[in-house]
Amino acid sequence: MNAVTPSARPRWLDIVGLLGVIAMGFTVWLGLWITPPDVVQGNLARMLYIHPPIATVALYWAGGVALAGSLLYLWPRTRSLFWDRLAASAVEVGAVFAALTLVTGSLWGRPAWGTWWTWDARLTSTALLLLLELGYLALRRVPTDPDKRARRSAVAAILVAIDVPIVHFSVNWWQTLHQTGSIVDAGFQIKDVHGSMAWTFFLGFLAFTLLFVWLLGVRYRIETVQDQVGELELEVSLSERWSEGGELVGAGTPGIPTAPRGSS
Amino acid sequence: MWHDAALVAGKDLRIEMRSRVALWQVVPFAVLVLLLLSFAIGPSASPLRHAAPGIFWIAVLFSTVLAVQRSVSIESGDGTRDGLRLSGIDPAGIFLGKAAAIALQLAVLQVVLWAGVTFLFDVRVHSVWLAVTASLLATVGLACAGVLYGALSAGLRVRDTLLPLLVLPVLAPILLAGTKAWQAAVSTNANGGAGWLRILIPFAVIYLVVGIALYGPLQEAA
Repeated sequence: MNAVTPSARPRWLDIVGLLGVIAMGFTVWLGLWITPPDVVQGNLARMLYIHPPIATVALYWAGGVALAGSLLYLWPRTRSLFWDRLAASAVEVGAVFAALTLVTGSLWGRPAWGTWWTWDARLTSTALLLLLELGYLALRRVPTDPDKRARRSAVAAILVAIDVPIVHFSVNWWQTLHQTGSIVDAGFQIKDVHGSMAWTFFLGFLAFTLLFVWLLGVRYRIETVQDQVGELELEVSLSERWSEGGELVGAGTPGIPTAPRGSS
Repeated sequence: MWHDAALVAGKDLRIEMRSRVALWQVVPFAVLVLLLLSFAIGPSASPLRHAAPGIFWIAVLFSTVLAVQRSVSIESGDGTRDGLRLSGIDPAGIFLGKAAAIALQLAVLQVVLWAGVTFLFDVRVHSVWLAVTASLLATVGLACAGVLYGALSAGLRVRDTLLPLLVLPVLAPILLAGTKAWQAAVSTNANGGAGWLRILIPFAVIYLVVGIALYGPLQEAA
């Protein structure tokens, strides 16, 4: 039996990872040392270089890839396990970023709002998003046939994605504590951020987007290899059963050939 | 589609009429939740009266999970699911039929719970139209989302533990909006309540539409 030989890690993934590290390094350097404290928020504003980018990844990038992948899987013409694995990877990475969004927001909220947590519309809907994503991942862990799993997962991901626009519009619909969008307002007009702060802000988005793409690529590979391992394990145990059967039969009546390996 | 839906709903309700599982298990369970939460909050009357709408909706939500589990389990034995799939009934019809059956059971349950809340907590509903509208909209949403998630977990060995985890976060907006609408309905000033219907209406519509669209692909995965 062959050992698992997954295809080598694609070169572009390494490059994206490297670029991500560089961008992240610059974001930290600019964010902590170069940019001045904010007029209103002081040093607290530095959280804005990472919190909105993380939230953007959690909501739009991960949510978008998960939704697109799931729809493309369900569409008969484009049905392929590629889309299923991509969507699953996006949800898992998205769950990590959603958790990070809550953590960074909470760290910022304690000094700025005076509380770690409040039942604000955006916080609540983001927490719900995380729970929905965990539900999706729990559903996906249930062992079944890959095609059935893909179909179920695709439907579940579409249902999770319903929450994404709710999180997005929550600040405009309910106007509780959380401020409205940082870069674009309700009418999708770009807001003013200037100088080194604007650059750092932009770089933060780039860094976390690269990190997302890298994690997505790595997670996708793991997903593929896991499926390969599952298939191989099945093959191994099948051929073991066959050879056991062959020995039993062969002991009594010599000359009966054993069944071919790997057939089912 | 509508004819198929009526057939499936009729089948589910007939099974319920004969087995009385919802009547003898789900309704008592809902009343039990009412009592348990009163033990946790009570016994003084004022906090109980304040929490009554929330207690009502928690009981409805938990009962929805049970009703959905029951609805899935009547399709799980003896190759019933395959039979249903091979019968040529429109998947959207199956979805609507099962949702209608659950919605009817939930509506009856809410009447019982309403009586329970009135009796136990001495809560009077002042604007009846608001409470009834909120309940009806919520029932449609609960039934549609419930059937959809029931189908998602159908045929899995871990179905019973997985379904609450999947469906309760989804139903959370109904708990929130239903409770707020009912709080307004039991208070003498019902002005703020109608705003919460604006959550219940899209919820019901979204899960109705998504359910009709996605029940087919889901059925093939079971």
